[in-house]
Order: sequence, then structure tokens, then C-alpha cells
Amino acid sequence: MGLLSKKDTKLITDPLSDNNPITIQVLGICSALAITADLKASIVMGIAVLFVLSAGNVVISLMRNIIPSKIRIIVQLIVVAALVIIVDQVLKAYAYELSKTLSVFVGLIITNCIIMGRFEAFALANGPWRSFLDGIGNALGYAVILIIVGFFRELLGSGSLLGFKVLGDPIEKTGVYAFGYENNGFMLLAPMALITLGIIIWVQRSRNTSLIEDN
Amino acid sequence: MARNTESNGYTVAFATAMVLIVGALLAFVASSLKEKIAENKRIEKQQNILYAMGVNNNDETSVEFVSKANVESDFSKYIVKQLVITGADFVEDSNAYLIDIKVEAEKAKNPSYKRRLPLFIGEKDNKEFYIVPVRGKGLWDAIWGYVALDNQLVIQGVYFDHAGETPGLGSNIKERFFMDDFAGEHIMDGDEFKGVDVAKGNADPKNLRKDDFAVDAIAGATITGNGLAAMLKKDLQLYLPYFKTLKQ
Repeated sequence: MGLLSKKDTKLITDPLSDNNPITIQVLGICSALAITADLKASIVMGIAVLFVLSAGNVVISLMRNIIPSKIRIIVQLIVVAALVIIVDQVLKAYAYELSKTLSVFVGLIITNCIIMGRFEAFALANGPWRSFLDGIGNALGYAVILIIVGFFRELLGSGSLLGFKVLGDPIEKTGVYAFGYENNGFMLLAPMALITLGIIIWVQRSRNTSLIEDN
Repeated sequence: MARNTESNGYTVAFATAMVLIVGALLAFVASSLKEKIAENKRIEKQQNILYAMGVNNNDETSVEFVSKANVESDFSKYIVKQLVITGADFVEDSNAYLIDIKVEAEKAKNPSYKRRLPLFIGEKDNKEFYIVPVRGKGLWDAIWGYVALDNQLVIQGVYFDHAGETPGLGSNIKERFFMDDFAGEHIMDGDEFKGVDVAKGNADPKNLRKDDFAVDAIAGATITGNGLAAMLKKDLQLYLPYFKTLKQ
């Protein structure tokens, strides 16, 4: 990679697997439970966080030497909130349809602990370019998990993907439903997101045993 | 750094500057985009009203409004009359759709205030539609919509929307599979007003029975559904006196 040094590349690839914000750092669980009942919402949330986290990381990184440490959390919160509100307003004016789809995510983005977590852990100590890459990497890592959870919850809970009825029609009894298959409505509820997430963590740790903490 | 970023004076100064800068920035963004946003909302209202009476670009499963370019002309073509009902009187007002029913409902808490109720009368293929705006509470935030009735007070179509219901669950009230169920539902049992319930464990998931005053609820969205049923009951009822004069 010409543009990215080896260290920079790691900033993006690490959060995708061995340092994933959700499964390893256990941040951002709340939104991972709330909005993964269907795949589309998961993807939209992933993109929204990608933008806010990378932009916010750059802003915080640029300000890192002048922020008084006593009020740094409040400053971080203001930066996220301002960014999200500005994006929301601009979308409302120039891409109204899109803003309607996104509006429900706005509150969730501001309170997403991944964003505060990365500001605190990375952007306050690193330069803007590296912070930007860290933002991209972590947001992608977050999005990947969201999409996996959303995929299984929508498939098993509603029998569809992105709204398309891939398993047939549950009411007309076509496709797999003709053989007596039933959707598992429990998948649509938050507890099953947690269990799905638990299975992902289990799979990840059994594939890479170095992730298991010693007791 | 020569500056002491830990002193109290610096902290207060930083906080003040930050608030001023961010405040000014947000105020600037909000006021410079205000007009455009208001215009988008106005167009959306027209699109929603037309959607409820079946003027839309839907295909099999999608929710497609008439295009922004056509909405103005379609709105004046299909919406033949707009009324503002106050008590027993009503007047025509071509801007009735701009009445904010949230504000009206707030004002109506004062018993001496006469609430203005907007009603849109549409005509398509020689059929009349009475389109009623409704607004209520979902689980997290406001929900609202438009209900198109024919002159027998049978629902012909609806459009629902929400400010912040849970994606994938409560947010499904604006999906076709839910909204389409309302078409054909009755709201009156003889002379008695019933509204439409959003029923769990509905024995009629395909919604074949249209006179049971219920549609099938959405799994995982009980409170949104209850709020929606309550909204329909509360707001449709307001229009009953007017609809009674219509039947005579």
C-alpha cells in the first residue's frame, strides 16, 4: 500500500477482527441490540457511524492539545452532537427522503459509546490522519458485526433479507414454509441479539485463542 | 505547550468559547436551511395526503410518493376541497393542509378554544375520499398519519409515519404490509364508532375479515400498535359530527 504505511493499515484492519469494538472492546452493544432486527437498519446505522466517528475523531484530534482534561468528556459530547445535528439538518434540506430514514438513528449515534470510546482512547493521543483511519476502522468493525447480527435476525425472525422474502411467504405457505417451517419471532426481540452476539464472540475466540484472557 | 490547559480560568474560557462557537454554528446552519426544510415538509404533507387516497407511484411492495415535480399539480387536481371544521361550522380554505394539528391539539386543552379541524376532500375516478389527519404517541416519539375514508366511512387507504419508533419493529407502521391492511376496514358499527384496533393474536392474519375493527399487529411493536389504535380512535372521533351531517 503506497498511501498507508503498515502501521496505518493495521489501524483499519485490527478493529475488523482482533480488536473489534463490539466483540472485543465490548462498546456500542446498546445500538447493536436495538437496531439489528432488520438488515437495512443495520447497514444504514453502520454508514452513519462511519461518517460521525471518522469526522469526530479528526475534530477531536485537531483539538487534542487545547482541550482541558477536566471537561474533555463534555467537549467530546458537544462535538458529536454538533456533527450529528449539522448532518441531520443538511440532509433534511437536500436529501429529505434519506434524512427520514436516518432520523431515528440520530439519538442512537450521539449516545453510541464507540464514538466516545475512540475519542477518549485514540483521538486525544494521536494526529488527525491516524485518528481518521482509526475512526474508519472501528466504524467498519462495528458495521460488520451489526450486519452479521442483522442478517441472522432478519433471516430467522422475519424470513426475509432487506425486505425480500427469501424463504417464501409465511402466510401463503410457499417456499420452506410449505414444509412446516415457522419464523422464530423471538429473533426480533433484543435478547436474541445478545445471544447472536455471544455466539459471534464464541466463534471468534475459538478461532483465535490468543484473544482469551488468562485467569 | 506554554499554555496551562489545566487552570480553572482556562477551562472556563474554553467552555465559554466552545459553547459560543458551536451555538453560533448550529444557529447559522439551522437558519440558513430553514426555508428549504419547511418547503420539503410542505411537499411531504401533500405527498402523504395524496398517498392516503391512493395517488402514489407504488409498485408491488414499495412505498413511492408522487414525484416532487408533480406533487403540486397532482395535489390541486385530486384534492378538490379543503375544509376547516370548527364546531358545527366549516369553511373552505385552500391552505387547510398547513394547519399544524399538533398545535391545535395543544390549544384545545383550553376548553374555551374552538379547535380547527382540517379535512381534505379528494376525488379520483368519480369517487370521493375524506382524508383525515391523525396524530398520536408511539413508543418513543410522535406518530402521525392520514386516513382516507369513503362516504360510508370505510377506510380506503392510510399513510402512517413516525418520528423515532424502533427500526425494524415499530418503524414498520410505515411499511406496505401494515398500511395496506387498513384498506377496507370499517370504523363504524352501525351508528356506533369503533375505530380500528391493532390486535395481537389476531385470528385473521391475512386480514380477510374487514368488519372486525382490527388489523394484525406487528411482532415486537406492541406499544407502537396500541398508540396507533388510540390515535385513530381519538382523532377520527373528532370528525364524527361532520360525517353525520354528510350522511343526512
